[in-house]
Amino acid sequence: MIELKDVSKWYGNFQVLTDCSTQVSKGDVVVVCGPSGSGKSTLIKTVNGLEPFQKGEIVVDGISVGSPKTNLSKLRARIGMVFQNFELFPHLSIRENLTIGQIKVLGRSKEEATEKGLKYLDRVGLIAQKDKFPGQLSGGQQQRVAIARALSMDPIAMLFDEPTSALDPEMINEVLDVMVGLAQDGMTMMVVTHEMGFAKKVASHVVFMDQGRIVEDCTKDEFFNTQRSDRARDFLAKIIH
Amino acid sequence: MFGNFDFDVIARSWQYLFMTGMTFTLKLTFFAMVGGIVLGTLLAMMRLSSIKPIYLAATGYVNLIRSIPLIMVIFWFYFLVPYIGAWIVGSPVPLQVGAFTSSLITFTLFEAAYYCEIMRSGIQSIPRGQVAAGQALGMSYWQTMGNIVLPQAFRNMIPVLLTQTIVLFQDVSLVYVLSITDFVGAASKVAQRDGRLVEMYLFVAVVYFVLCYGLSYLVKQLQQRVAIIR
Repeated sequence: MIELKDVSKWYGNFQVLTDCSTQVSKGDVVVVCGPSGSGKSTLIKTVNGLEPFQKGEIVVDGISVGSPKTNLSKLRARIGMVFQNFELFPHLSIRENLTIGQIKVLGRSKEEATEKGLKYLDRVGLIAQKDKFPGQLSGGQQQRVAIARALSMDPIAMLFDEPTSALDPEMINEVLDVMVGLAQDGMTMMVVTHEMGFAKKVASHVVFMDQGRIVEDCTKDEFFNTQRSDRARDFLAKIIH
Repeated sequence: MFGNFDFDVIARSWQYLFMTGMTFTLKLTFFAMVGGIVLGTLLAMMRLSSIKPIYLAATGYVNLIRSIPLIMVIFWFYFLVPYIGAWIVGSPVPLQVGAFTSSLITFTLFEAAYYCEIMRSGIQSIPRGQVAAGQALGMSYWQTMGNIVLPQAFRNMIPVLLTQTIVLFQDVSLVYVLSITDFVGAASKVAQRDGRLVEMYLFVAVVYFVLCYGLSYLVKQLQQRVAIIR
């Protein structure tokens, strides 16, 4: 469903991504990990065109992301994205956060959008907060609303860019639980995260990046048992205690 | 010291001063504010554009206007607007646009340059992630601007926008050089008719002070009310 072929990206002379290739099939959960500055966030943002890239090709559901002919807005509406800093809209209530994309982009009626939005809000366990504003919720709650917002658009796949990195430790699990539930329901997911517990539980394969390159791309069992690269072994030793 | 002063002149003329003069001043301030903020917001978006010609056009305009004294702009537009109007509608004679329309256009174009700078910093104060979140939902540039960025930028900037409007309210008094009957114009007409210049101008100053100080106070109150919870 998502296919990256030799994706390369430069900021001026600095190369942030070098020939990155990988595939995400329907129903796959791909965990992207690696040390900070390895380009994993940049890579995941190229998938829905939030970050442009200069070389290579990305195809999502048969549509080329890099092609100037592609209507990026239309493509993005079909791919859910969850950000490190939640990025809920602070001037809108939780209910409005859930419906604005559905109404403005998908052209749904207010009633239909509200019904759908609240259904997902209920699913992430926050229906009681529907009339509050993002600033009144905890970080973990905000991130769960952000996931519900993305799901309300009925995406064909979900991208997660370090969804738990900005959270206090005690809030990480409530977000991971929602994500595990999604994965078990068969959602196609690409997840940048350091949460190896999550990877062990639901990943279909693991992509390990270092210095802008994909160093390992294998099933989770292979990744956790027999790392081929020193760097991956080193990385795992540092983050798994 | 005030023995020779005759403050009765105010009692005799207040209806004219406020019904004719102040009404004009407030009307002009209000419409120039609305026009200036709309145009200023567009200019701000242009100044933040990555498309070079758009950026240069808006930046050039703002820098030009901000380098010219308001009084010059008032004179120019007063004499130019009839000709520009005639050119637009293709009339052979200068168009009679009237004092109000002429000064409204002047103040809208002039204040837009200042509102632009306020809106520009307002837009820049919104984290880039908010734009990314709008885009990730599939919103276009205009949808992201209209639904996500501008509502927050406005909210953040309301105090500064209103403070600039108080400046505009004071600036409007300059139209009196075009013999327009705004508040100051009305006062100076009465002052000259009755020979009571000092009393009249003292009164005008007091009225401006009370209004502007009162408005500033209200702006401060409002500032706390509209803040977005973060």
